[in-house]
Amino acid sequence: MSLKSIAVVYRKELRDLLRDRRTLRSMVVFPLLMMPLMIVGLGKVTRVVDARARAEIPAIQIQGGEDSPGVLARLRSDNKLRIEPSTADWRQLIADKKIRAVVVIPAHFEADIRAGAESRISIFQYEGEIRSGIAAAELEGLFRRLSAETVQGRLAARRLPPSLIHPFEIRRENAASPEKVTGNRIGGLVPYLILIFCFVGAIYPAIDLSAGEKERGTMETLLCSPVGRTDIVLGKFLMVLTSSLAAVALACLSLAFSLRFGGIGKGAAELGLTHVDPAGVAGTLVLILPVAVFFSAAMFTLGLCARNHREALSYLQPLMFVIVLPAVIGMMPGIELNTRLALVPILNISLASREMLTGAWHWPELALIFASTTAYASAALAVAVRMFGRESVVFRV
Amino acid sequence: MISTHLLTKSFQDRRRGAILAVDGVSLEVRPGQIYGLLGANGAGKTTVMRLLATLIRPSGGSATVGGHDVVRDAAAVRSKVGFLAASTALYGRLTAREVITYFGELNGLGRAQLRARIDQLATDLDMHGFLDRRCEGLSTGMKQKTSIARTLVHDPAVMIFDEPTLGLDVTTARAIVQFVRNCRAMGKTVIYSTHMMHEVEKLCDRIGIIHGGRLLAEGTLQELRQRTGEDDMEEVFIRIIGQREAP
Repeated sequence: MSLKSIAVVYRKELRDLLRDRRTLRSMVVFPLLMMPLMIVGLGKVTRVVDARARAEIPAIQIQGGEDSPGVLARLRSDNKLRIEPSTADWRQLIADKKIRAVVVIPAHFEADIRAGAESRISIFQYEGEIRSGIAAAELEGLFRRLSAETVQGRLAARRLPPSLIHPFEIRRENAASPEKVTGNRIGGLVPYLILIFCFVGAIYPAIDLSAGEKERGTMETLLCSPVGRTDIVLGKFLMVLTSSLAAVALACLSLAFSLRFGGIGKGAAELGLTHVDPAGVAGTLVLILPVAVFFSAAMFTLGLCARNHREALSYLQPLMFVIVLPAVIGMMPGIELNTRLALVPILNISLASREMLTGAWHWPELALIFASTTAYASAALAVAVRMFGRESVVFRV
Repeated sequence: MISTHLLTKSFQDRRRGAILAVDGVSLEVRPGQIYGLLGANGAGKTTVMRLLATLIRPSGGSATVGGHDVVRDAAAVRSKVGFLAASTALYGRLTAREVITYFGELNGLGRAQLRARIDQLATDLDMHGFLDRRCEGLSTGMKQKTSIARTLVHDPAVMIFDEPTLGLDVTTARAIVQFVRNCRAMGKTVIYSTHMMHEVEKLCDRIGIIHGGRLLAEGTLQELRQRTGEDDMEEVFIRIIGQREAP
């Protein structure tokens, strides 16, 4: 192995790829623009959707209540609700989003309340639909207030204090720092995004330097040189790794810059990104390093097995699911980092990152993650070198 | 000097099983000589060339190129070989100068040496006008000149040409043929594979006819004519491979 030869191959690949628009897009443009766009975009979309939903006065129907004029009057006087005439197909109308909610008032409701008998108000909504949720919440609030007033009236009639039914107040307060709260909320998301950039940054160089070179006929030209094949693989692999790490670094820089100077604080606040612990992000980036090596070597090897760009893409694109799945599992609540999970690639990074971002540094597990991921990365690199030495792979055109 | 002894190469194909691409080829090429390896498509020419350039390893037999064994000392062989084929392309996003520099550096040339060498090659091949243009924008002739300069940058003693004129227009093909003659004049050992009869007639000092991976006949153009009793090269070729294929 010759460092000089590796450097020659690396320099040439760097110059070549910096002139390739596709690589520049995935390595520079995409990471630089994606993070601020995502934060601004998601924040903006959330704001707009919520504002629009709240601006709409939801249409509702009242089923029953003919013998409860007080309740009906109260409902009609609520200017946050628009009462539609009652119809028999109200369930279908909710499903079709023609009306947002329906309140069902049982017969003799007011009489029962006055008599002190039990009664039940039912509110029907479209579960998960934001406008329906707003309408149902408004109805629920109205009837809760009515319920509270009824209780207060009964207590007052019996000359009893309100503390009789509210002997004490219960309050939940946050004891964790804003960094820990943010870390817990988005701990799984940060490595997920970093892993995506790590993958996206490597994909085009990995294809271009392997299948692309075979397709263009330059592989044979290169193999005629006296440089060892291991040196060629390492030079190319380092270029893929550079691209992958550059994408990650640019994405992080872009995010930090956007949060600091970009005036997108509102969007960031809406996504809970304002108090990200820098030490946790740094720890995640250290753990990402062997993952980037692993991705780069694995993608280069797969690219090498392909005849051309198109075939290489068909091999590499499904890999996205292999990355996304463990990262998503890592975001699920209740899954905690342990010795066994520290050996599962990608999932281990996701879990460890969540811990680090909440300020919990489990050093034995972190060491195990770094060691195991480095081992996987080394194995992937060894496979890449081995595959490059196989005639059936290099000359598969 | 190129020397092979019972050189053999077999491949494993999923559908067809074991394929003997080169079957016991023995030949010798001396410095200042052009050896033409003539054969139809699929005869085994490219495999022989790739074996000599150490791009692939032989399954059996032996070969030495420039005094080095192709298996034991492959890197030393490659440092003495210039390999030009129709399939050896250029890096489109690099300029002609960058491509030549890259291959010079891969062959261990220092900066000063490389600068002088590129300047000399650009003068010899009339490349100064496009030396700093990207290869993707060059004409076929310019690309071919760049390929030749890339092949010659380390001044190899042995030249391996694998159908270098395939798909080229007449003018560019003539330039390549002239370049091959120049290599002989410079005392280089040249092996040239082709399926074009007129090229071997015009160019080669010795001719080997390969078919089905086997070297069926070898000699000067005169010797092959005498052996077959035919005057036309195409007839000579058909007669030799016909003998092999006859029941």
